[in-house]
Amino acid sequence: MKRIGVFSRDARAALQQAGLSGRTGTNRRDFLKATGALIVGFSLADTHKLSAQERAAAGSPPAGQVDSWIAIAADGRVIGYTGKEELGQGIVTAQIQLVAEELAVPVEHVTLIYCDTSMTPDQGVTSGSQSHPANFNHENLAQAGATAREALLQMASQKLGVPADQLTAWDGVITSKNDTSKKVTYGELVGGKKFALAVNKNAKRKEPSEWKIMGTPVKRVDFPEIMTGRMEYAHNVRLPGMLHGRVVRPPVVGAKVMSVDESSVKDIPGLVKVVVKKDFVGVVAEKQMYAAQAAAKLKVEWSAGVGLPKQSEIHEWMKQQPSRDGLGVDSKDTAQMLASGATVVKATYLYPYQMHASMGASCAVADVQGDHATLYSPTQGVWHQRSSSAMILGLKPENVRVIYRRGSGCYGINGSDAVTFDAAVLSQAVGKPVRVQLTRKDEMAWENYGFAFVLEQRAALDAKGNIAAWEHESWSPTKGARPLYMFPGNVVTGGLLGFPPQEFKPGPAAEPRRYNNNLNSVPSYVAGRVGDKEQGTGTIKSEKVLTHVVASPFYTGPLRSPSRIQNTFAHESFIDEVAAVAKADSVEFRLRHLKDERVIDVLKGAAKLANWETRPSPKPGNSKTGIVTGRGVACVAYEGDNGYTGIAVEAEVNQDTGKVSVRKIWVAIDAGPITNPDGLRNQAEGGALQGMSRALGEEVTWDSEKVTSIDWRTFHSLPLGFDIPKMESVLINRPDEEATGAGETTITVIAAAIANAIYDATGARIRQIPFHAERVKAALNARG
Amino acid sequence: MAITLKVNGQSHSVDVDPSTPLLYVLSDELALRGPKFGCGLGQCGACTAIVNGTAIRSCVTPVSTVVGKEITTLEGLGSPEKPHALQQAFIDEQAAQCGFCVNGVILTAKAFLDKNPKAGEKDIQQALSGVLCRCFSHARMHKAIGKYAALSSTTIAKGGAR
Repeated sequence: MKRIGVFSRDARAALQQAGLSGRTGTNRRDFLKATGALIVGFSLADTHKLSAQERAAAGSPPAGQVDSWIAIAADGRVIGYTGKEELGQGIVTAQIQLVAEELAVPVEHVTLIYCDTSMTPDQGVTSGSQSHPANFNHENLAQAGATAREALLQMASQKLGVPADQLTAWDGVITSKNDTSKKVTYGELVGGKKFALAVNKNAKRKEPSEWKIMGTPVKRVDFPEIMTGRMEYAHNVRLPGMLHGRVVRPPVVGAKVMSVDESSVKDIPGLVKVVVKKDFVGVVAEKQMYAAQAAAKLKVEWSAGVGLPKQSEIHEWMKQQPSRDGLGVDSKDTAQMLASGATVVKATYLYPYQMHASMGASCAVADVQGDHATLYSPTQGVWHQRSSSAMILGLKPENVRVIYRRGSGCYGINGSDAVTFDAAVLSQAVGKPVRVQLTRKDEMAWENYGFAFVLEQRAALDAKGNIAAWEHESWSPTKGARPLYMFPGNVVTGGLLGFPPQEFKPGPAAEPRRYNNNLNSVPSYVAGRVGDKEQGTGTIKSEKVLTHVVASPFYTGPLRSPSRIQNTFAHESFIDEVAAVAKADSVEFRLRHLKDERVIDVLKGAAKLANWETRPSPKPGNSKTGIVTGRGVACVAYEGDNGYTGIAVEAEVNQDTGKVSVRKIWVAIDAGPITNPDGLRNQAEGGALQGMSRALGEEVTWDSEKVTSIDWRTFHSLPLGFDIPKMESVLINRPDEEATGAGETTITVIAAAIANAIYDATGARIRQIPFHAERVKAALNARG
Repeated sequence: MAITLKVNGQSHSVDVDPSTPLLYVLSDELALRGPKFGCGLGQCGACTAIVNGTAIRSCVTPVSTVVGKEITTLEGLGSPEKPHALQQAFIDEQAAQCGFCVNGVILTAKAFLDKNPKAGEKDIQQALSGVLCRCFSHARMHKAIGKYAALSSTTIAKGGAR
């Protein structure tokens, strides 16, 4: 079997065998030397000379150079370097397809190296559905690949004396179309040499019509290792002499360390050190069990906490806080239109704090030796982690190397960044490699939660029952975020060490200068006029979107579809409410107010798949008791233009208990040209079910001083045992468009589709997530 | 103290406190990567191992209780080069995303189907009621398990082994 060289456990094993394990000085040349001989089964050692200086840790390989992205081994094997990492979304396989396509080699002949600050380009964070847009359009990895292919053809043309347009390339061999005896390999042309070329923005990318590898359902290259327990996750990193650390988080939010009684753990075998820095407390022991015991047993006197707003009043509380305001659009006439509208519809939607609640409590391994550090981290942003960790350690960023190792799926920012800081601090304190495993409670009580939201909607209908004006106003909390390059205080460990989160400044809204619907605060159905241009996806000209951000008592951060999921829940529920008032069909009413073809197509696509029957909601003839079913629909242009999805669901409501079960899900998705149809389908399906779990049961809970949703008994994720709805999806391929994001689209729309289905089934409108049985039952009772 | 464990058909001697959770022994002493720390509370399945044919949560199982028993981890089923039929079904169905949970899903299903070769869809669903996947690859996982179950019950009917 051909080994596909994803930089995984074997790479590290190779580094270790080459005596390079985990040392900051290891650079890409060392890697190639080590791996060329030991992993990939071909020798790069003496032939592929990359300048060590170029790979110097002072900066990332320059994005404008082909050599930063693509290297050719002597045997024609292709190596890609990328700053977009595998989080479970399948992007490594997709990027291997991209490199294979552009360089005309089979996927088995591509090695992809990702997210190591000593080797790969700085592409910021792998997040925000940005990997496809970043690397598959007309810059970065895609364009470097195209430039490399053109350069190879040019070199071959010179060498063979055949015009480049009469040459063809496959599997590392360039051959004359007219005389197949005339050929030369990639290895003969550049193996062992640099391209020394700038990425040419005019290099011609392979047309989708020519694709052989892109656009096909290539299987995930990492699954054979994953399914058989061979994949090295961050949790599995083991370094020689490595110790085990655990952290002791405050018992309540805002508590400060008053004193620590180290004698309380003196009997723990193999205890190496108790580490206290400001409010950060951790322990290091020789074995994991003893580290866990020491963390549990250590006597720490903490101050009282800061107290928390009542959970039941959090939404009202948010509306009373000083806020930083923003205007998405403002046609200045909505108040007047609402005052004079034939009919006015108003509704308020509430969204809870939710959490990433990753499958694995986060884990990282740090090796801090003197003024150098190597961090094995599941962070989504290795370059951010490098700089922010350097701040925490008091080291120069160039002396810190961050090597990505997979964690469990994170969907934003789980405990990965914090635990990397934890490991770094503890390793520095003991001068040895330290692995820190967070507990489930450490993870859940202190991660950066997804935003709670209050979302108010107001619409005026004209005499024909069309929407004449739409006002949207929201409140959401913020504290911290990803640590970025210089804000370690954006996550809990940085905060405990005394770093503040990024400053929050309340202030009034400025007039919008340009249209930006990145957060989907602007509904799909309004015109989106800023200045003299309409850039929205809808037709309603009287429009106002006003947002208020307030200070949060908890750390917050991006959770899959941050703000987009909350805004879209409100928009797509509200359009249905207005449709019901207008006695119109939910699909037809949406179409009346849409002008963007791609939104229209995904909406129609989902409706067609669902055999949508045109009629108003609620469904006629349903009983007011017992089990009833209904259907709901929703759609979105994710971030305004970064992926499109329409979704229809059939839900069942047990009106005696309030229990909601989703029976069927139909999805239409458009993410531009499709790289890997099966990967896209996997993301669409997983996103829909994850969104369903979030809609039906997920919520952060707390009491007067601390978070109380701290494990899988107190935080409710649908297990593998629940009744999984039947799912069908249609993928809309748009080869002539730019690649967009895909992974956050279905999750964004499903909550509203379910709420709309509940209404269709019962006539009761649920405006607050999660739709747990008591809440649904209360809404059913209120229906009368 | 020295403890001898039989893991994936091989004997290992480890020097650990007998109360150490089996998970720590498997991952720290034996460097196995299949079993994972998910919650440390026995609530999610990520740490699952099969002990004498039964799926157990190794994070809450003291190592002293499994001495002399046959312990199987995900690595013990098959390898990337030669995956077990159930692992192959997961590869065929592309049934995962991040893959952190598959240890619990595959081993729980394997132990259950070994004991209940004629189990139907609902039985399998029930058997997995305490296993989590936060990427929500549920549908594909059930499809993979169903395919394997159908395949292996046929094999058993023909007198073959699972």
